[in-house]
Amino acid sequence: MAAGLWHIREVSVLNIRIKFQKYGVMKFIGHLDMMRYFQKAIRRAGIDIAYSGGYSPHQIMSFAAPLGVGITSDGEYFDIAVNSTKSSRESIEALNCAMAEGVSILEYKKLPDTAKTSMSLVAAADYLIYVKPEYAPSFLPQEELQGKIQEFYKGQPEILITKQTKKSQVEMDLKQFIYQMKAGDTPEHASGTLFLRVCTGSSNNIKPELVLETFCQFCGLTYQPAMFQIQRLEVYAKSDEIPVKGEKEQKAYRDYMAQLKASYEKQGKHVPEFLPLGALGEDIP
Amino acid sequence: MRTLALSDEILLNIDKPARYIGNEINMVKKDPSTVDIRFAMCFPDVYEIGMSHLGIQILYSMFNQREDVYCERAYSPWGDLHKIMKERKIPLFTLETQSPVKDMDFLGITIQYEMCYTNILQILDLSQIPLLSSQRGEECPIVIGGGPCTYNPEPLADFFDMFYIGEGETRYGELFELYKSIRGQGGTRQEFLRAACKIPGIYVPSLYETTYQEDGTIASFQPKYEDVPAAVEKEVEMDVSHAPYPVKPLVPYIKITQDRVVLEIQRGCIRGCRFCQAGMVYRPTRERDVAVLKQYAQEMLKNTGHEEISLSSLSSSDYSQLPELVNFLVESKEQGVNISLPSLRIDAFSLEAMEKVQDIRKSSLTFAPEAGSQRLRDVINKGLTEETILHGAGMAFEGGWQKVKLYFMLGLPTENEDDMREIPRLADKIARRYYEIPKDRRNGKCQITISTSFFVPKPFTPFQWASMCQKEGYLARAKVVNEEMKAQLNRKSLKYNWHEADVTVLEGVFARGDRRVGQVLLKAYEKGCMFDAWTECFDNQKWMEAFQETGVSIDFYNLRQRELDEILPWDFIRCGVTKEFLTREWERAQRGQLTLNCKEACNGCGAMAYQGGVCLEHQN
Repeated sequence: MAAGLWHIREVSVLNIRIKFQKYGVMKFIGHLDMMRYFQKAIRRAGIDIAYSGGYSPHQIMSFAAPLGVGITSDGEYFDIAVNSTKSSRESIEALNCAMAEGVSILEYKKLPDTAKTSMSLVAAADYLIYVKPEYAPSFLPQEELQGKIQEFYKGQPEILITKQTKKSQVEMDLKQFIYQMKAGDTPEHASGTLFLRVCTGSSNNIKPELVLETFCQFCGLTYQPAMFQIQRLEVYAKSDEIPVKGEKEQKAYRDYMAQLKASYEKQGKHVPEFLPLGALGEDIP
Repeated sequence: MRTLALSDEILLNIDKPARYIGNEINMVKKDPSTVDIRFAMCFPDVYEIGMSHLGIQILYSMFNQREDVYCERAYSPWGDLHKIMKERKIPLFTLETQSPVKDMDFLGITIQYEMCYTNILQILDLSQIPLLSSQRGEECPIVIGGGPCTYNPEPLADFFDMFYIGEGETRYGELFELYKSIRGQGGTRQEFLRAACKIPGIYVPSLYETTYQEDGTIASFQPKYEDVPAAVEKEVEMDVSHAPYPVKPLVPYIKITQDRVVLEIQRGCIRGCRFCQAGMVYRPTRERDVAVLKQYAQEMLKNTGHEEISLSSLSSSDYSQLPELVNFLVESKEQGVNISLPSLRIDAFSLEAMEKVQDIRKSSLTFAPEAGSQRLRDVINKGLTEETILHGAGMAFEGGWQKVKLYFMLGLPTENEDDMREIPRLADKIARRYYEIPKDRRNGKCQITISTSFFVPKPFTPFQWASMCQKEGYLARAKVVNEEMKAQLNRKSLKYNWHEADVTVLEGVFARGDRRVGQVLLKAYEKGCMFDAWTECFDNQKWMEAFQETGVSIDFYNLRQRELDEILPWDFIRCGVTKEFLTREWERAQRGQLTLNCKEACNGCGAMAYQGGVCLEHQN
């Protein structure tokens, strides 16, 4: 849907955004180890990744939003630069052949070469939180949960918490960083499912655990971290301030947004406030 | 989806949960119900160390190529998890299927260094397998040990059902077939052990008996039954080029010690250094075909995605096809592959090779003269002269290097004070060589780091009869070196590191101990000794208590110079080199006489009996 945008200038490398899922035992692999895992996986898959110059060349690769140990995800992103590439379909297939059980590649998309890295774009993330089967039904039943969320999120003008920093305690309002909070409605997790959209990124990174803990306290429950499975669903950029460099590029971006707006309006919708990071790239035929 | 042996609650509260979940790239998946033999292969140290070991990867891939065997892995749980497993009675599990180790047919433990002996007891304890072989029932796995320390298995004799002496590639097939046939007919453990002891390389300690003389030395070591072989032959793989090799090695998630492709280019060493056990027991030296190695290198890089490849051998410079192999690897460097070349002698070729593979940054050069004086270097048969060292260092300095690391041993047989003082003097000469380079062509100061370790005599070396020192004796030697260092002209360019001597003393006891020292291990483990190779875990106090309480004398094992006619605990093993050769070498050592290396001349060590390798290459 974004054809035309990327033909701005000739460059020697292509930027690629890869979306993957992380589940099962892979949730115990930390962020840095995942980076090392992908460095090797990319070589196994034969992706023609570009290397940086300098004394110790390394793969050009950057991850969007680090995922905490123990959290599963349906929407993880990282960007790489490649010298050449096969189609999205072929590349996804090659990468999936090199994956361990618990990691699946979902998207492999070309980015405009003016695009900033996914890391700097991240603005929000969605999470689904549910009680692990072995702990069920020790959390609130769905109806009561709905009521409590109403009281906690809608009912309070601000949600004050104290944050422990290195030197002192700081009070902050958590509410402004919670963009959405509701009882989840997935059939597979019948009782006590929670949906969250929180501010994510380098400036104000809100961990879902923090909201969950605060909410548990509000409900008068002891917060047991191991009781809940947190699953990240998607990572977003803010659609009205996607940063691009240069005048020419900004114009290209405005054109792109106009196209995007038109395509949404055709379906009778508005461009959402948050766009999945993957929506900023396009498939390679 | 695999289910794990540990709950989320445990895994999220311990250090590095990735150590315990398996699921690495190239992990072998099988349906355990379709195999006849389940084998748990264990390296008794933490995951990062155990996963770095080539031997286990060789056996893992070799065993799993058999359809009737499923080989899985286990490592020592770190202290944090150990505590939880003990408290909650969680049995030690394999990484692959997360099944209890106690449900396996075999538990194989590789024994690489003496300071992991208490970890072996930890493995058995956490597996809920009786520590003593004599107390194991029919339902217990057969506990089998292998690796370099089995060249004196006696300190561990009570804890193992059997040992495999020598290289693993050769006899496991036979052992598995025997197990299947005996177990298939409803045979017992005892029946299996009794039959297995007839397979070459297999030693079943419970079938042998030791008696002692009044002075504590061994009076006799004999099989208990007539059909049990009196001697155990070491196993050796004579066709290394076609032997099984793990071309799809496991790729871990967390950073491990050896996080790269490892190419074993040859086995054995021609040099014959008299302190070195590996140089004796891995005879004869056997080279792998360079064409095979090139193919392995490519396949393994592709199968792992590793960015680094390392050559492994006891002395890479002696590999005859080294230039060809290195040049081949340098070409693949363009695909972002780094090459590391350990155990190289410093000469024109190796400096050029290092220049090619190590980019612009010049890391430090390493020399291992092992002894400071030429006299003592001759005693240990280290064919390295001061001239060679200074020449090599000189070339390196001219080539832009400025850091040198020097490795020495203190406490070698016949060592005198002058030998000790020669260590810093040699370092100073190297520094002087650096400062001979005109100021405008050198890059500031040089940095010469001296490290000394204390010598521990090992079985099957010419020094197997030698006496050791007490802890204080070792530290006094380090003090002499340190003093002399301060007297050197270039002392500001020199740095000296030495170790504590406590561990050396224990290594001495367990390297050359007999069956009676096993009780010390048991006692020490009961007191909480574990991960003794880790400075932060080592507790010498507890060890000393364990010796005291069991009445085992350290001095008996360490301070005595053994007589040539004494029965040594490991005498029943035939490892190629004969006792006559070792005796000859021990006597030549006392006279400071050098012995030529295997490529220069055959010294009749006994390894010729294997009819291969270097023994057949250089007959003219």
